[in-house]
Amino acid sequence: MKLIVAIIQPFKLEEVKEQLYKEEVNLITVSEVLGHGRQKGVAEVYRGTKETGNLLRKVRLEIAVNENFVEPTIKAIIKGAKTGETGDGKIFVLDLKECVRIRTEERGSAAIG
Amino acid sequence: MINSGDTAWVLISSALVMLMTPALAFFYGGMVRRKNMLSVLMQCFIILCVLSIQWVLIGYSLSFAPNKGFWGGFAWFGLNNVGLEPYADYAATIPHQAFMIFQAMFAIITPALIIGAFAERMKFSSFLIFTLLWATFVYDPLCHWVWGLGGWLRNLGALDFAGGTVVHINAGIAALVTALIIGRRKNLERNVPTPHNMPFVVLGTGLLWFGWFGFNAGSALAANGLAVNAFVVTNTAAASAGLSWALIEWLRNGKPTIFGVASGAVAGLVAITPAAGFVSVIPAIIIGLLVSVFCFTAVSIIKPRLGYDDSLDAFGVHCVGGIWGALATGLFASKAVNPLGANGLFFGNPRQFVIQLATVAVTIVYTFIMTVILYKLVNAIMGMRVDEKEELIGLDLTQHHERAYTLLE
Repeated sequence: MKLIVAIIQPFKLEEVKEQLYKEEVNLITVSEVLGHGRQKGVAEVYRGTKETGNLLRKVRLEIAVNENFVEPTIKAIIKGAKTGETGDGKIFVLDLKECVRIRTEERGSAAIG
Repeated sequence: MINSGDTAWVLISSALVMLMTPALAFFYGGMVRRKNMLSVLMQCFIILCVLSIQWVLIGYSLSFAPNKGFWGGFAWFGLNNVGLEPYADYAATIPHQAFMIFQAMFAIITPALIIGAFAERMKFSSFLIFTLLWATFVYDPLCHWVWGLGGWLRNLGALDFAGGTVVHINAGIAALVTALIIGRRKNLERNVPTPHNMPFVVLGTGLLWFGWFGFNAGSALAANGLAVNAFVVTNTAAASAGLSWALIEWLRNGKPTIFGVASGAVAGLVAITPAAGFVSVIPAIIIGLLVSVFCFTAVSIIKPRLGYDDSLDAFGVHCVGGIWGALATGLFASKAVNPLGANGLFFGNPRQFVIQLATVAVTIVYTFIMTVILYKLVNAIMGMRVDEKEELIGLDLTQHHERAYTLLE
């Protein structure tokens, strides 16, 4: 089991979701986060003061998958999120020790899907 | 002869109607996604700035200078000859400039209403040019025809107390045209946009209702019985329509919503606008109860079937409600309320209904054609729609380099 964490551009969320659904990855958690990479982003200007180097808004996806879904999930995220410009984000793949479905108390691979 | 009570009331009413444009900004702003909140506020406020200047320079002259032609012409350019003495043909007891500034607020809010149709996807620069052209070539001539001295619809005997035709049908048709031509927003099917701040929608509605007393009761242009009649029927129609929209939702969807009550109240205010100075309170209740039926049908049943994307229902509420109001005026108008008005169909004068119908038809045809032309013109020169990436990121950041809300301090 793996936990895939991806940081993407907020405006790419819909496309990533669509690509994930195509791969039948339906269970995702989405949160809004602030982050700082290499990207300069769209500058904000307040009363003439340009705000650059600020933390930029990103979207974080968390997806728990069984081994055979790892590559399709990664490919789907790339397909949906890639523009080729700095700021597209990153994908982290973590080992997942355990997974429990609260409703049924199932554990492990059976609980993921 | 200047009457101080009348002058005070018209000045206060002008301020009330001015407040309706910021109110509309919050009413509409609450309905869009948060990435576009500031763009809506900005569009409303820049209209307040630009059209205030347009109006004193040429707008008032084009609309109200006496003339039998296409519009009023340039005789009152820059408020030349528009002074502090009354101009009796418009309002005999207040300074001419008081009438002018009251009318300015109507000229400002009308193009702001159209924003609801193309919200979340129009380029700001193109929006500015389009709005200025639309105010000059659509609002000003139509305003002249209906209210200006020598205007041919005025001479025909059309009744439009506070702007059902000039403001609401006019803006509503322009809304339909712009929604149709600019096309649907991206990702509508996959991610149905939900209002980002419903309390703002309700706040905006409350302020619109408040401001509408100036809009309708102020249109009596005097602090008199007619103003009181307009005030009473305005409140009554808004209340009836808010209630009726909630009841329709309750019956149809199982639960009444605050968004429904707010939409209904605005629809009721729209519908009573042309009728406010000509009908009494029972017709006001009927007008209010029925307008929600028509507008609910338009926005919840017809719009999804036809598939046009009038983002915030500027057409569904203002045009549909405005047409009902104009026709209802032809049904319920009574000389017992206003001896200077006319009787409607239910008071033995079917001709008035036909005149109202004709005025509605003229407005629809003229506004439809002109809006198409102006839109296509600006679109050909500078493009009306933002590109897809800008639309997805949102207009606040891409058009204004600002955003409405921070995530952390």
